[in-house]
Parts: sequence; structure tokens; C-alpha cells
Amino acid sequence: MDWLFFGEVSLAGLATGGLYSLIALGFVIIYKATRVINFAIGEIMMFAAYLFLSFAGGMQLSPWLALPLAVLGGTVLGGVVEKVMIRPMLGESPIAVVMVTIGLASILVGLAEIIWTADPQLLPDFLPREPVFLGPLYLAPKIAYGFLIGAAVLALYLLYFRFSRGGVALRATASDQAAAYSMGINVRRVFNLAWVFGSLAASLAGILVAATGGLSPQSGVIGLSVLVIVIVGGLDSILGALLAGLFVGWLETVAGAFFGGEYRLLATFSVLALILVFRPYGLFGTHEIERL
Amino acid sequence: MRIGDAKHTYLADEALWTTTTQQVWFALLLLALLVFPFVANSYLLYLGCLVGIAVISATGLNILTGFTGLISLGQAGFMGVGGYTVAWLSLHTALPFPLALLAAGLLTAAIGVVVGLPSLRVKGLYLAIATLAASVFLHFIFSEWAAVTGGMAGLSLRPAQLLGITFHNDFRMYFIIMPLAVLMLLAARNVFRTRVGRAFIAIRDRDISAEVLGIPLLKYKLMSFGLSSFYAGVAGGLFAYFFRVVTPESFPLAMSIFYLAAIIVGGMGSILGGVLGAIFMTLVPEGLKLLTAVVTPFYPQAPVFMSPLLGVVFGSLIVGFLLFEPNGLAEIWRRIRRFFHLWPFRT
Repeated sequence: MDWLFFGEVSLAGLATGGLYSLIALGFVIIYKATRVINFAIGEIMMFAAYLFLSFAGGMQLSPWLALPLAVLGGTVLGGVVEKVMIRPMLGESPIAVVMVTIGLASILVGLAEIIWTADPQLLPDFLPREPVFLGPLYLAPKIAYGFLIGAAVLALYLLYFRFSRGGVALRATASDQAAAYSMGINVRRVFNLAWVFGSLAASLAGILVAATGGLSPQSGVIGLSVLVIVIVGGLDSILGALLAGLFVGWLETVAGAFFGGEYRLLATFSVLALILVFRPYGLFGTHEIERL
Repeated sequence: MRIGDAKHTYLADEALWTTTTQQVWFALLLLALLVFPFVANSYLLYLGCLVGIAVISATGLNILTGFTGLISLGQAGFMGVGGYTVAWLSLHTALPFPLALLAAGLLTAAIGVVVGLPSLRVKGLYLAIATLAASVFLHFIFSEWAAVTGGMAGLSLRPAQLLGITFHNDFRMYFIIMPLAVLMLLAARNVFRTRVGRAFIAIRDRDISAEVLGIPLLKYKLMSFGLSSFYAGVAGGLFAYFFRVVTPESFPLAMSIFYLAAIIVGGMGSILGGVLGAIFMTLVPEGLKLLTAVVTPFYPQAPVFMSPLLGVVFGSLIVGFLLFEPNGLAEIWRRIRRFFHLWPFRT
């Protein structure tokens, strides 16, 4: 076995995993606060990446202006979706809410195909191009810088949730909705906030992922990998999302490099199946106890 | 207004048909289904067959998701198992089609039970994701186990055969698909008049309470998985006979979502709902095609937007029905019936 190759592949995988962690974070924020499993997160990413393409490619804006605009667009999309589709479903069965997000995913894919056609496209380059070396190991610059940006945003998020007023409200709502409500926290605003923050993380990650791997309306299938990550890490655990993101990113890349692309999903879903059988609430998730 | 149908026994309350009017209507429906292939053109016939297959599969998913409350994203994978079984049997044996379909149903049921095993530990959304994993595995098998499934190229099969008759066109296939669909619908309707079906419903309504009441959860959940997969397998087998080719791309994840959408639009937990939903969702793409044909002379680029628009319409239907009519078309149907029952009075 070629250890240098393995090292490089692993490094690329871990860096991709960093972006996965960011998406998974977006997913977990939404789940923690609102108990909604968002199947459309991959499509929100895809949509934000297309917005970036329009701003930077079509309207010739500077990428560093287009990036915040596109992220803003994805974030607004998340907020509007919460208001229009998720809010009225409050109190419905979780299955119904999940189906709403699946419907949303279908709508977003269709819209993206209508607006931007079904052909795969490349985002304009905006990350530095010099190759990155970590010791003897080469790392593609796009992946490396994508990872750095992702990690920085992740750190900001964690600080925000730890120390800010909104972050505390979010955590309080996640831990006990009724108690949070009676303490004067505006739970409805927290729900909206969760969707906004979740979509923000997803939008940014979507643009970074598309910058390395290209973009098509079907890019949203990355949401399937994210689903695996959050189940492995535990649906309501931020730490779990971070670690599982790195792990799944690594596993996917290594499986893809050593066995071929068709084994990527197989590898991650095998881990998923094992986790579901042996530790259904994930590595770090809360084990919920049901009472009648 | 309908009067004088007070029921005195629970048996009468649970009867399939409570009035003669219903029986007459049902007989008329059967007659119409029988006459349909003789008067319909080839396009309508083709649609009729598609609808029949969709009705069987949607009813299967309805048993699992609508009546037992176990959401499944693996329906397309299960149909694939049925389709590949039939294709393999048709290529390697001379089995008459009823046996091949039965084999497809049974094998799919067995695989469905295996997929259902995690329902011992997980439920709700976790289970949905477990079935998603199952469909990923099945898809991998379809495309990689080339010795049996023919790999990406798939398998072509010979037409269905029975007693020297070959069912090589839509007209003849209709006489396999439609009677089978009616039969399986009646069977499904009857299941929910029995102990087993009521256990399913109890599990859906509150599984812990059901267990307290003495319903062994794992057994009945697996039964539901098995029964539902049997329907999916038969539908998949018919699908294979109808198109006479199966490839891994015949059973994409989008198909699973299509069937979930069908039972949501039709009405979860109602046999009629599954039927209405399957018919409606099969006809929506055709309606869009018609619309495209009408618009194309004025706007030549319309066909390009056909397939993405379909995605948007499917999604909007799912979201719209969940938001505004959670009980689906079956509820609308019930309201219409109620209007005529009570006429000239209003509710």
C-alpha cells in the first residue's frame, strides 16, 4: 500500500469532511431547536451555490462581493421557507413535516433546472491557486482554503451559541420548549432564527463545496451524506456533527479513491446501518426515553 | 338523502359494502374497467396499465406508511427486487407468469422483512433513513452484481406467458394488471377488517400503547413490512413484464418519493386514498405533457422546461396537500359523498 497516497487522500477527505461538518452543523441547529429533519438542506446548498454563480459569473460581481450576497440569498430562502411551509406544520406528525421538506427539495431542484438549466457548471475561481503542502503531503488548494473558511465559520458559530443572547435562547428552546416559553423566550422567533442560521451554514458550505466539485441541479444529493453524518453523530449533538462530519468525509474519499466512485455511498451507508442497529441515537445523541 | 341504514352489529358496520347502491356502483366500475381496453386507444391503454401498476405499489406503501405509520423511502428498491426477480426467472426458467409474480412478491417480502428488522430498535425518521440505506444497498446490488442483474445495461425479458398465450402488447397486459390490481385492493381492504390490520392501525396511532395492549410490536411491524413489500414486489414484477426491460435506472430514489407523494396526495391510511393518489400522480405528468404540446407552438422552448416543471409540480403538490388538505383526495371524495348523502340538507 502506498502510504503517501493514502495520506494525501486522507487529508483531502478530512478537509472535505470539515465542510461536511459545517453542513451537518446547519442541519443539527435546525433539528435541535425545531425538531424538524430537513431533507432539503442539500438543495438549499445547491441553490445558494447557483446564486453565487449568477452573481459572480452572470453579473460579473467580484467573488468576494458575490459570496456574502449568495449566502444572504440562501439564508433568506431558509427564513422564508420556515415562515411559509414549516410554521403551519407545527404540531403535525414528524413524518408530515419531513415530507414537506422532501417536497421543498423537489421544488428547488426543478426551479434550479428551469432557471440555470440542467447542465453541470463550474464556479468562477475565487480561492488562491498555489498548491498547499503539509509536510510531504499535497492538498488541492480549493479544498484546503474551503476547509479553512469552513472551520473559521464553525468556530464563530460555536462562540455565538455559547455566549450570545440569541445563542442562549436557541439552546434553551432546544433543551425545553415549554420552559423556554415561560421564561419569556420568543420561541417562534427562535424557530425562525434556527432556520436562518442553519441555512446560512448550509449556503456557505454549498458554495465552498461547489467551488471544488462543480455544480448541477443534482448537487443536492450531498444531503444524503449529511443525513448519514447527523445520524452517526447523533441528531441533536453539535460535537457529534463535527466529528462525524470529518469521519464521513474521510471515509467517503478513501472509499472512492481505493475502490471506485460507486463505493462512496455504499461505505457511508454501511456505517449508517451499523450505527442504526447498535446505537440508534448516534455516538453523541441524547437517548430519548418515551413515556405514555 | 340516505336514510334507514342504521347498523345493528359491528359486523355490519365493518362490511365492505353497506348498501346496495354501493354494490351497484362497484359492479358498474368493474364493468367499465372490463370494457375500457376495447374502446380505449393505445395511449389510454398504456396509461391504464401504468395506473394499475402504480395503484398496486401505492397500496403497498399505504399499508406500511399510511396504516402502520412506518415511513419508507425504499419502495423503489423493493419494486426493483420484484422486477429483477421476474426478469431473471423469465430468462432462466420457463415459469408461467403467475408463479413468477408470486416468486417476485415472496422474495421481496423476505427482503422487506430483513429491512424492517431495524424497526426493533428505531422508528419514525430513523427508520425512514434505515430504509433509505436499504435502497442504497439494493441499488448497489442492481448495478454491481452483473452476473445476475446484468449490471448497468440491465436485463431484457421475454413477454409474460401462460398456457401458450403470450402477453406481448398493452392490450393483453391490461388483462393481467387490472384484475390483479382489483384483487390486491380488495385483499388490502379486507386486511384492515381483521385482527392483523387493526393491530397495524393501533401501532400507527401509538406504538407503546399498542404494546401495552398486548400487540407484539416487532412481529406486526415485520408483518407490515412483509405485506407491503409483497405488493411492491408484484408491482415491480408487472413493471418488468410491461416494459420488458429492467435497469438500475428503472427504480431511482425519485420513484420512492413519487409513491410517498402519491399516498400523501391521495390520503394516508385509506385504501381509496392510495388508489386516487396513484391515479392522480400518474396522470399529472401526462397532463403536463398535454399542456406542453398546447404551449409549444407559441413558445418553442416549452419542452425543455417539461421535466424540471414536473419536479416543481410534484413538490408543490406534496407541500400543498400537507398544508391545506392533510387527509388528501380521499377526504375531498368523502366530502362530495357526504354532500349527496345529506342532500337536500347541508352539513
